[in-house]
Amino acid sequence: MSARVEEAGRPSWTARRRLSAAFWRRPRLRAAALLTLPVVGFVLIYLGALGVLFIAAFWALDPFTGEIVHTWNLDNFRTLWHEHTYWRIAGRTIGLAAAVTVTDVLIAFPFAYFMARVASPRMRTLLFVLVLLPLWSSYLARIYAWRLILSKDGALNWSLGGLGLPEQHLAYTNWAVWIVFSYIWLPFMILPVYAALERIPDSYIEASRDLGAKNWTTFRRVVLPLALPGVVAGSIFTFSLTLGDYITPILVGNTQFIGNVVYRNVLGLTYNLPFAAAYATVPLAVMAIYLVAARRAGAFEAL
Amino acid sequence: MNKVHRRLLAQGACGLLVAALAVAAAGCGGGSKNATSTKAAGPSLPASIGKGEGKLSLIAWEGYTQPEWVKPFQKQTGCQVTSKYAGSSDEMVTLMRQGGGQYDMVSASGDASLRLIRGGDVQPMNPALIPDFKNFIDALKAPPHNTVDGVHYGISLQWGPNTLLYNTTKVKPAPTSWKALYDPKYKGQITIPDNPIQIADAALYLMKTKPDLGITDPYELTQPQFDAAVKLLKQQRPLLKKHWSLASDEIDLFKNGDATLGASWPYQTNTLVADKVPVKDLIPAEGATGWADTWMLSSKSKHPNCAYLWTKWVSTPKVQAQQAIYFGETPANTKACAIMDQLSAGSCKQYHADAPASYFDSIKFWKTPSADCGNGQTDCMDYNAWQQAWTEIKG
Repeated sequence: MSARVEEAGRPSWTARRRLSAAFWRRPRLRAAALLTLPVVGFVLIYLGALGVLFIAAFWALDPFTGEIVHTWNLDNFRTLWHEHTYWRIAGRTIGLAAAVTVTDVLIAFPFAYFMARVASPRMRTLLFVLVLLPLWSSYLARIYAWRLILSKDGALNWSLGGLGLPEQHLAYTNWAVWIVFSYIWLPFMILPVYAALERIPDSYIEASRDLGAKNWTTFRRVVLPLALPGVVAGSIFTFSLTLGDYITPILVGNTQFIGNVVYRNVLGLTYNLPFAAAYATVPLAVMAIYLVAARRAGAFEAL
Repeated sequence: MNKVHRRLLAQGACGLLVAALAVAAAGCGGGSKNATSTKAAGPSLPASIGKGEGKLSLIAWEGYTQPEWVKPFQKQTGCQVTSKYAGSSDEMVTLMRQGGGQYDMVSASGDASLRLIRGGDVQPMNPALIPDFKNFIDALKAPPHNTVDGVHYGISLQWGPNTLLYNTTKVKPAPTSWKALYDPKYKGQITIPDNPIQIADAALYLMKTKPDLGITDPYELTQPQFDAAVKLLKQQRPLLKKHWSLASDEIDLFKNGDATLGASWPYQTNTLVADKVPVKDLIPAEGATGWADTWMLSSKSKHPNCAYLWTKWVSTPKVQAQQAIYFGETPANTKACAIMDQLSAGSCKQYHADAPASYFDSIKFWKTPSADCGNGQTDCMDYNAWQQAWTEIKG
């Protein structure tokens, strides 16, 4: 109470009021005041970095001193184009990202459906905790855990042996990379799908039934179209995260993905930043196409 | 969203992109100045070590700047040491180049040292100022990886071989040749380092098994010799369980039974033996590649006196012995052997500090491959080619 009286007496109060009035009268000024800092940050840090990346892709490396030579040329792209290995690596990466995304959709959809539409509130809370709990532990710790599970003398073979089943040889294969990626990114699929499903009003489903639709028809023609933006939003996470990750393949895999080649050229062996930049434009282009397609599917309306 | 809004958004996006490109262009303008900074001979060598500047900033392998020998050094000289660990030779080169004179010294291995010398990143040092230099094994007084045309760019430190590691219960009979790593019998049980310099290991094997290729130095390979080594590694690729990136990766592979044979360092053997994993290592009949590290002085160093004091300190028998035991490698200083045995009985022999010169000669030390073949020819494959080929080998 007394604080308010004191404040009213301060001269700055009127100045503040005048400022807010000015903002109210001039919406452009208000927008400028609110957005300048984040936009400048965005331009400098994000777009600036992307710009440098793209320009650096046209530079070269002096083989003698290992320093970057700032002359424009297309050699990096030519190497990428003519060398089959890079095509194979890009194909493998995109294929894996797609496989992980499909796997996560198949696992996440029924789970999210149960959470959103079947489970009691208490059960729902419990399931939420289950989904989010792994995110509290380090990403690396979880990958290392998988390494121990899948290794030859690991937990999985030990259990299989106990059940009298033949031992598996998944450790350090692309199958292992697929399993670990699908596991690690699963929460990023469950949450948007859950959000989309939870938003479907019960009345829609009742209306569908009243109009004579069977369960499957209701699911196919009401639930699925309304949940699709959530699925696409989730797939952006799983797809882009798989496309850019290089640590999981290093730890549980035996082959290279785009991220590994980029990493090798950046912190790695020749410090060939121009080549890394050139190869990094591949996932960038893939993601750009993917995002345009996702926008068509209406994923951004669900955000 | 109506049309006007959309147009505004589009214009905004264009504006942002233009701004971003402007920033990028400004970035390239600034960087182009130091694009070609090759330096021939450095400044004249100091004749004595002056008073320490109070500070010393190091880039080192993990375990090279332990408190056991850094603390007494700081006390004695007043040079406060800050050190940054690097994970690979390439990271060391990168840090020295990008650090802008922030670092005074780097403990470079032979595959980084020549790149640093050629790039003008390090300056010559005067071995006369290092009293223990005369006690170094002869081979490390002026090795080709840190001495160019008689100019010493840095002082040698420690060295060690890349060994063949195997599980004694699963690999029988015990291997005697690198051939084991190319043997289809061990498909899915082999691991080798994820490092292009590994091409030299294949070349070393071919040097002995296919003499008609005429390989004389596994780091100086002409196109046909290089192709043969790459072909061998491509044949080996399906046999591999994994390329290991960190020493701890290989330790895990052996511990969990995923690998039974691998190219390794003595450090892994020590760790595994301490963990009671049945492994042994050996230097096979064909010889081995290896590393030899050098403390090198940055050409932009602001604390050269402290750098010389540090080099002098780490060359003393006691520190050499401490580091050798800690890391599992061989000291350059021959006087370190006796102290090693005092610190840990049998360690002098274990880490080959008492081995004859022929043992050193059996090791082909890492050096940076370049187009210059060292015999007047310039048709050898440079490190860029090695790196590209490595990506292809891994597939």
